[in-house]
Amino acid sequence: MKKITFPISEEQLMDLKAGDRVLASGYLYTARDAAHKRMYELLQKGEPLPVDISGQTIYYVGAAPAKPGCAVGPCGPTSSYRMDKYAPSLLDLGLKVMIGKGMRSDEVINSIIKNKAVYLIAIGGAAALIAKSIKKSELICYEDLGTEAIYRYEVEDMPLIVGIDSIGGNVYVR
Amino acid sequence: MNVRKIPASQITEAVKKLFMDCNYYIGDDISQALKDARENEDLQIAKDVLQQLIDNNSIAANERIPMCQDTGMAVLFVEYGDKVAVEDGSFKDAVEEGVRRAYIDGYLRKSVVSDPVFDRKNTKDNTPAIIHTEITQGDKIHITAGGKGFGSENMSAIKMLTPSAGVEGVKKFVLDTVAHAGPNPCPPMVVGVGIGGTFEKAAQLAKRATLRPINTSNPDERYAKLENELLEEINKMNIGPAGLGGKTSALGLNIETYPTHIAGMPVAVNICCHACRHKEVTI
Repeated sequence: MKKITFPISEEQLMDLKAGDRVLASGYLYTARDAAHKRMYELLQKGEPLPVDISGQTIYYVGAAPAKPGCAVGPCGPTSSYRMDKYAPSLLDLGLKVMIGKGMRSDEVINSIIKNKAVYLIAIGGAAALIAKSIKKSELICYEDLGTEAIYRYEVEDMPLIVGIDSIGGNVYVR
Repeated sequence: MNVRKIPASQITEAVKKLFMDCNYYIGDDISQALKDARENEDLQIAKDVLQQLIDNNSIAANERIPMCQDTGMAVLFVEYGDKVAVEDGSFKDAVEEGVRRAYIDGYLRKSVVSDPVFDRKNTKDNTPAIIHTEITQGDKIHITAGGKGFGSENMSAIKMLTPSAGVEGVKKFVLDTVAHAGPNPCPPMVVGVGIGGTFEKAAQLAKRATLRPINTSNPDERYAKLENELLEEINKMNIGPAGLGGKTSALGLNIETYPTHIAGMPVAVNICCHACRHKEVTI
């Protein structure tokens, strides 16, 4: 089991191979369909993003509401392919890590290789378990989107698997 | 004619409990299937993923939190007795209020948008629900409720097969749909197959099939055999838990059928994730 820290260092990132199991700590941003659409539209208009994603991690998730006393509600990954249209633009801006579940398009895989990034997967449906590794959640922007707003999570030993590594190794291709 | 009066508040309370319970407590059929699958797997990663899902479901039940963040769109199949009258309100409003209360008071995620194409504005209470109502004889209301997540819903498909396609055509379409879904719908999946009726009836049957416990079989032994054959074929696909390979790509496959037209043989495949959530109540 490899330990990694977000934002990830180049050394840690290049060491990750498809199928590796990792425990991740540090900070990441959440964003799913609606937030990606907004960010993509900003980029198309040549406007800056609400967060500087260079070197950062985006987790494709829309958490359930937190019960009183909990940092977050259950928060497993959502299907990544719905972000495929938007991901290459973000990778070109320096996004280093995407976390989700399921397959990615060839365009995204090529962009991962080109930009030396990595795609990690979380276990779909293990939302109550994953929530145990989220220590803090802070709203960053797009509050009107509800569960689809962008949050910053502080995570500790979040269990993940390397889906697509920086040279294109793919855990789903067998 | 004697009519039994049921207060709207009783329906609201029952619906609220159905949706909270189905999101916190996985059914015994799924729970047992996950444990059996863990024992049956040879691959360590497959065993580990299944153990994570078992642990996840225990946490959800113990802490009364949803097992999955996608607590779904509320789907109800209602058998409404013809000798029942709702007092102090309408049945539809009582159901919607039950859904609203479950999703707000129960810390479930609000995942419904008002307009599918243009506005896509969150309704903030997970309404409206999808309500399928059948009028039956009697003075009771029976409700089967499920929270349907869309990771798997998006992997579902329907095809208007014609009679000459035969059972081989049905098999091919089911297996192609599951293979195409691959790792996306949070395997191990539960596969609901609806055959017959019309275009919309087949889809409704497929949804109904996902709400039948997976340790039950179609009463017609020809379809029961087909259920077993298809499940066996799916589990040879090596999709595996979380799509990482292994012998458990699906936990169960249910088929529901209905008479159809001389020219047709519609087949719908509704895919559900391992968090196949449903509860029932008779009022």
